[in-house]
Amino acid sequence: MERLTKDDVHPKILEALLDADTDITVDDALENEMILNMGPQHPATHGVLRLLLRLDGETVVACVPELGYLHRGYEKMAENMSYYEFIPHTDRLDYLSPMANNVAWVLAVEKLAGIEAPPRAQYIRMMVSELARIASHLVAIGALAMDVGALTVFLWTLREREKILDIWDILCGARFTNSYTRIGGVANDIQPEALAKVKWFINQYEENLDECERLLNTNRIFVERLDGVGVISAKDAIDYGLTGPSLRGSGVELDLRRATPYLFYNEMDFKVVTYPEGDSLSRYFVRADETRESIKIIRQVLDKMPQGDTLLNQPKKVLPKKTEIYSRMEELIHDFMIVNFGINPPAGDVYSAVENPKGELGFYFVSQGEGRPWKCKIRSPSFVNLQALPHLVKGQMVSDVVAIIGSIDPVMGEADK
Amino acid sequence: MDLKEIIAHLLKENFPGVNVELIEYKNELTLRVEKQHIVKVCKFLKENADLQFTLCEDITAIDWAKRKNRFTVVYHIFSLKSKNRLAVKVDVDESDCSIDSVASVWKTANWHERETYDMYGIKFSNHPDLRRMYMPEEFEYYPLRKDFPVMGIPGSLPLPKK
Amino acid sequence: MGLEAKLTDDGFFTTKLDAIIEWSRKYSVWPMPMGISCCAIEMMAAGDPKYDIARFGSEVMRFTPRQCDLMIVAGTVTYKMSHVVRKIYDQMPDPKWVIAMGACTSSGGMYRSYNVVQGIDQFLPVDIYLAGCPPRPDNLLNALIQIQDKIGKTRAKDFQDIKLPELTVLQSN
Ligand code: SF4
Repeated sequence: MERLTKDDVHPKILEALLDADTDITVDDALENEMILNMGPQHPATHGVLRLLLRLDGETVVACVPELGYLHRGYEKMAENMSYYEFIPHTDRLDYLSPMANNVAWVLAVEKLAGIEAPPRAQYIRMMVSELARIASHLVAIGALAMDVGALTVFLWTLREREKILDIWDILCGARFTNSYTRIGGVANDIQPEALAKVKWFINQYEENLDECERLLNTNRIFVERLDGVGVISAKDAIDYGLTGPSLRGSGVELDLRRATPYLFYNEMDFKVVTYPEGDSLSRYFVRADETRESIKIIRQVLDKMPQGDTLLNQPKKVLPKKTEIYSRMEELIHDFMIVNFGINPPAGDVYSAVENPKGELGFYFVSQGEGRPWKCKIRSPSFVNLQALPHLVKGQMVSDVVAIIGSIDPVMGEADK
Repeated sequence: MDLKEIIAHLLKENFPGVNVELIEYKNELTLRVEKQHIVKVCKFLKENADLQFTLCEDITAIDWAKRKNRFTVVYHIFSLKSKNRLAVKVDVDESDCSIDSVASVWKTANWHERETYDMYGIKFSNHPDLRRMYMPEEFEYYPLRKDFPVMGIPGSLPLPKK
Repeated sequence: MGLEAKLTDDGFFTTKLDAIIEWSRKYSVWPMPMGISCCAIEMMAAGDPKYDIARFGSEVMRFTPRQCDLMIVAGTVTYKMSHVVRKIYDQMPDPKWVIAMGACTSSGGMYRSYNVVQGIDQFLPVDIYLAGCPPRPDNLLNALIQIQDKIGKTRAKDFQDIKLPELTVLQSN
């Protein structure tokens, strides 16, 4: 937090801040209201989020978030590259759960192109997106704990996350920018070592989570800094378009895995975790419980995973295997065509959304029958969830702001696109 | 009755003079309405007890570059009751590049519309706070329009001095 | 010959001022984690128990520029952000070093787009370019060691032509 000069704040932002209607009044208000700048370089804002807070004493009267410090122009770039080329870019959207984004992207493209991956590939996708959910929630919990002053838990959850990153390392050779899925399947079948590691991980995870929870749930400072802080009612949460744990923390039972099942989620037995209070603490509880449900899903996936291909055999749409490209003419030609001209899905538009760790990640494509999308819109959960921030922090103390940001867990990579 | 018929029926009943068109493509339902009716149709879709499209997921626009109506604004809304998704599309012409804001219907529309304004330059009338979302306020172009180059316009965004 | 032995024996030792300053600077680099996007996560991972940046004396990540001498720019720098990065760099006390972590900061990386600065060396002096998208934490540690080498080679006279801001002396009557 630093002192503001006139040049730092654009007059329009200031205007919005002063206009922001607010019904908060403080009894013995200090004479002067104060405007405080927070971010974009601030340890607790989870990236480059900038907030301008209007304070009365220590009470937040109004807040205006200012985005765009990480606006990388994804949607413009997507219009200029083929559907395959964009897969690595999805890693960097929500960079705490790249695998889940990869899955979301290919599901959307497959819907547009009208193809479907073989069952084994779909089971693998389900497994990796659940692991990604655990990894993301772990960072969310750890960072939230760190924001309110409990550093130990952060190190512990990162340790657990490292184990998942090790699995990625074996599975696709990268720690967290995976680009593992392909249109029509996944890049490679899951290796026995990776599978063994997954099994080992899910067996030891719950014990470790319990350990972290024991540190947090019985810690008075942690609980009291979150309990009743940043409350949003179910109606408001829907009105603000919240999704994911932030919505379920307000007691609304919306989980796209249940509501509009994709992959094989309709065959899985899991509970949609909700907590009714709508405060920061319940959002934390939702995350913690959700990771347990994810473990449950992974167990079922491992049980049910069928044998078979992991890549669809459809040469016009799906990249052939590398070994075949080097040895056979026809595959070489298909590879050349797909790489250079794209997969040319039929003209039309589709919207496809999945339940990501942060909420609903949707892709909206408009295709003109060319190799590149005419338009690609990314509906990112963090962007929408952040919108509720002014509502959540209004009337709270300035020190609660970091806790509230931590509890809605935004990732600026996807919020700014 | 499936959703398509229900919506067609209800809209016909409540808005007799309004032209609506319902299209189904890949199991997705799209509703086309005219620009001047957008707010009241949205309000109806949200508040009708049978439909209850209470969650507005996304608002964006499409730039068709050369067509007569250059832009199409697309609203994706979701019903928590029936778990259905509906796309509402409205054509906007470049000569009158504005449309009424639905921020009074769904609060979340506020930022979505700001983003659309930032990227396409479509003005939303009656919007509570229409500013740029991502780009600096001084930036004069609209990046997602088809005539804007990917690498941008040199010199339009300043760098700090070395 | 350990330092302690020398000290217990004679109670003092002689060395060059340069050498002792270098030595102490080298092993207590305090980074300013300019975490902007994905690379910041790997920078975070470098601090976790597995990679443990504390082994190299740099676990003291200070979020205020006034206390730092190494800026790790981790993540895509957009035009809007570039002013902030520069401002923070200017606030750091001399001598200071910069690591450009990842492809984005080095060259714009995979983002050939209107809003991404194609290499932060357009507005910052960079000491180490770190390849990778993202670089693995081990790689960051390697960069840190190289920075330490570089610090080890600096002499006080290298800073002779740094101009200090002129001090205004207040006259009191
Ligand atoms: S170099 Fe890669 S990982 Fe690092 S910030 Fe850029 S895109 Fe992200």
